[in-house]
Amino acid sequence: MAQQVSVKEPTVEQIAEQKIYKQFGVSDKEYDLICGFMGRQPNYTEIGVFSVMWSEHCAYKNSKPLLKRFPITGPRVLMGPGEGAGIVDIGDNQAVVFKIESHNHPSAIEPYQGAATGVGGIIRDIFSMGARPVALLNSLRFGRLENERVRYLFEHVVSGIAGYGNCIGIPTVAGEVMFDEAYEGNPLVNAMCVGLIDHDKIQRGVAKGIGNPVFYVGPATGRDGIHGATFASEDLSAESEAKRSAVQVGDPFMEKLVMEATLELIDSGIVLGIQDMGAAGLTCSSAEMASKAGNGMELYLDEVPQREEGMTAYEMMLSESQERMLFVCEPQHEAQAKGIFERWGLHCAKVGKVSDDGRLKLFHKGELVGDMPVHALVDDCPIYDKPSQIPEYYLKNGSIDTNRYEQVLDLNAALAKVLASPSLASKEWVYNQYDYMVRTETAVRPGSDAAVVTIRGTRKGLAMTTDCNGRYVYLDPEVGGRIAVAEAGRNIVCSGAEPLAITDNLNFGSPEKPEIFWQMEKAVDGMAEACRVFETPVIGGNVSLYNENTRGAIYPTPVVGMVGLVHDTDHITTQEFKAEGDVIFLLGDTKAEIGGSEFQYAVHGVTEGRPPELDLATEKKLHQTVLSAIQQGLVASAHDLSEGGLAAALAEAGFGRGLGANVTFETNLRPDLALFSESQSRILLSAKPELADKLAVAVTLAGVPLQRLGTVGGDRLKVDIGGHDAIDASIAELRKVWKEAIPNHMNGKTA
Amino acid sequence: MKFAVLVFPGSNCDIDCYKAVEDTVGQSVDYVFHTATDLSQYDAILVPGGFSYGDYLRCGAIAQFAPVMTEVRKAAEAGKFILGICNGFQILTESGLLPGALIRNNSLKFRCHQVDLVVENATTGFTNAYKKGDVIDIPIAHGEGSYFVDDETLATLKANNQIVFRYAGENPNGSVDGIAGVCNEAGNVVGMMPHPERAIKDILGSADGVKMFTSVLNAWRERNGAASIR
Repeated sequence: MAQQVSVKEPTVEQIAEQKIYKQFGVSDKEYDLICGFMGRQPNYTEIGVFSVMWSEHCAYKNSKPLLKRFPITGPRVLMGPGEGAGIVDIGDNQAVVFKIESHNHPSAIEPYQGAATGVGGIIRDIFSMGARPVALLNSLRFGRLENERVRYLFEHVVSGIAGYGNCIGIPTVAGEVMFDEAYEGNPLVNAMCVGLIDHDKIQRGVAKGIGNPVFYVGPATGRDGIHGATFASEDLSAESEAKRSAVQVGDPFMEKLVMEATLELIDSGIVLGIQDMGAAGLTCSSAEMASKAGNGMELYLDEVPQREEGMTAYEMMLSESQERMLFVCEPQHEAQAKGIFERWGLHCAKVGKVSDDGRLKLFHKGELVGDMPVHALVDDCPIYDKPSQIPEYYLKNGSIDTNRYEQVLDLNAALAKVLASPSLASKEWVYNQYDYMVRTETAVRPGSDAAVVTIRGTRKGLAMTTDCNGRYVYLDPEVGGRIAVAEAGRNIVCSGAEPLAITDNLNFGSPEKPEIFWQMEKAVDGMAEACRVFETPVIGGNVSLYNENTRGAIYPTPVVGMVGLVHDTDHITTQEFKAEGDVIFLLGDTKAEIGGSEFQYAVHGVTEGRPPELDLATEKKLHQTVLSAIQQGLVASAHDLSEGGLAAALAEAGFGRGLGANVTFETNLRPDLALFSESQSRILLSAKPELADKLAVAVTLAGVPLQRLGTVGGDRLKVDIGGHDAIDASIAELRKVWKEAIPNHMNGKTA
Repeated sequence: MKFAVLVFPGSNCDIDCYKAVEDTVGQSVDYVFHTATDLSQYDAILVPGGFSYGDYLRCGAIAQFAPVMTEVRKAAEAGKFILGICNGFQILTESGLLPGALIRNNSLKFRCHQVDLVVENATTGFTNAYKKGDVIDIPIAHGEGSYFVDDETLATLKANNQIVFRYAGENPNGSVDGIAGVCNEAGNVVGMMPHPERAIKDILGSADGVKMFTSVLNAWRERNGAASIR
């Protein structure tokens, strides 16, 4: 990795005259504002600090008005957005802490380290709250696997995630990967971490107590990742490759030590405030900690451990070297804190103190090299209400009839094609590279609707999933946003858990474009509405904008990470059929809804029209009904219907134990549309024969549409529609196609 | 009976081993840091999986020099029961307590999934509760688990009945002769790539690893007489 060499810094006048601030993404108007807050023109270090604090990544200057639309409170919410991660009560003095974060831009340039440090960053967000990280998830998007560069990115992103998560010893239990040319050149790498904490251990990033010392923990600061936050707040271009040094390098072993020492330190009760150095490193952590306490902070940069000779104040403040933390304690606890870190082989340096003047003051080589009002840095970044405009493509799609395609007659072949589509195909190639079992609490592994991790010493568990269908969101952002939350909820209830809350990662193109801003606005509205109805508030998240390149923007992809509470491990349910003779039910109505479906993409080669509709009240009733049936012990398997519709769901349910099904599907729709429609609010259940009637009664009484489809059995999937075999295929053969699709692509076995 | 679970910087299956002792045999168990210089109070020593010292050099290559390993060598000579799992197995081979070496999987990828193992030697301190030929379902999770020995050593291993486990189905990593676990000549030191501590209850996918822990309790009881059971 190329090293930057310190060059002579521009003077205050040069910055102003040559508008050097523009290189950092600061506009003329913003520069004037900064001068106003400072009462003078900023020097190079100061403009650098302002530029990262005022970047989209740190200040959410383009997205804040939208984020305000999310519901963020609820009876269980102990901490909402604003700290490292949100926290939700799960009873017995315990709480779950979780957050999702993107590392899209770095991963597009340097996939292994980009993905690895994404994982490292989100883990720090969790343990800096005082929580023990218990699980990792990830949500990935790539272009088509036919493209060699895409295969390279996919392979190295997966191995970067594996490299970090496996080494640090936190299981990667769930996630999703989808492939579509919309993500070519702009892969999405979103990592989520879930932790457990006792209520009395919850930490905040505050610099409390005037005069208290500020400590730096972790490896020395180098010149890596300088301006990473700014880099993440612009479009990718041909020049991006030259910004490779804005990508950090991860060291999961170091993070493991920092994590264990930090948790031990927090456990000792002497920490007053702690925050990780993530985006914008020392700058963001010091300014935010001071701001939250209403204090100031002095930093003595000569005391900052440095990996390289001759680093400038600017470089130290903007470095995003990984695995570093900043904390505050009372002076008399210094020796105790140092002792804990030494036991883990770590150095802990006193780099500053809390001050009462509300300013961030930087001292280097005996001089005051930066002096900025904390409030201006953290709270005074201008917030933009961007113009919004309905895109033409959206209007055009309104008149496209997605049922006009010629009827597909060979539905066995169509099913095989859909199952072999990499977005739907088995992700075993991916998750077998992740250690999903370490910590020995993983009760439901990757590959089912949601993963479940048990909580030692209780009968409880946590269910978790990430979901978003970017095609739906593209075709109709508001409906797509609703569906993203609804599908996450469906996955959670299918695993036997009560949905608690969500974290979201809003991945979009450039907000400067009114059509993109419209997508953001509508998607947020849809998600917010769904969160209100399902009573799953947004407790934190991340915004990643400018995901576009010369070919255009990605599909709008607001990824939803949801966590649910399994009240009793007996309720844990998986998607696979369990036994021959079990009765299969379909809950929910099937309409001819092909817009944005995997069938439309894989078989007809287009993504157009409107996505499936979603009625939130119907969806909520379905969730409640299925969860209640599971909790009563009536359900043997539960699988939500999503990509690939009923046909794919039946096949997937059979793959786990190699069980076929004999099904008769009553429908007035054309068979191809009926089988592959992605109508929402549908779940496939199976039940033991002796419980089937009881289940049917419970579902019907709840007012949820129900169809008894048939029984589990044999080694073939047979679906009869209108007296004809619409599908009659060997489960083993379908499974082979589904399982081998991604390995074949990666081994070059497909054209 | 008293168990020690060693903790090196970067160990990450230490907690799992600790919980497994609690949940399977309910005996006394302590975490023992890599800096410890006395293991005399322990009857069995578990060397857990993970990435000791980051495994930035050969896996286990640095851990062999940790102060606690001097004590582990003494304990091995004294006939105490020692089990190395995954990174722990790598540490024991690097330390010379077990023959052979672990190299990169032939797939060049980390692999995490269930495997079937054949119990080849049911006489060791950790396998006496199984029967020779039993097929057990235990997960693997490693990137460098391909067991290597030269032909001569392999012949010795066979002659001395030192091969404890073989992969029953597909060889997941290219190990010589499908070897998944070995023991020293005396049978008190066992190393294996698969994770028995992850297979101790049905909710985790398998409980076939429980007998590893009951075996060592049996062996200890036999050695000390039933009277010493607490």
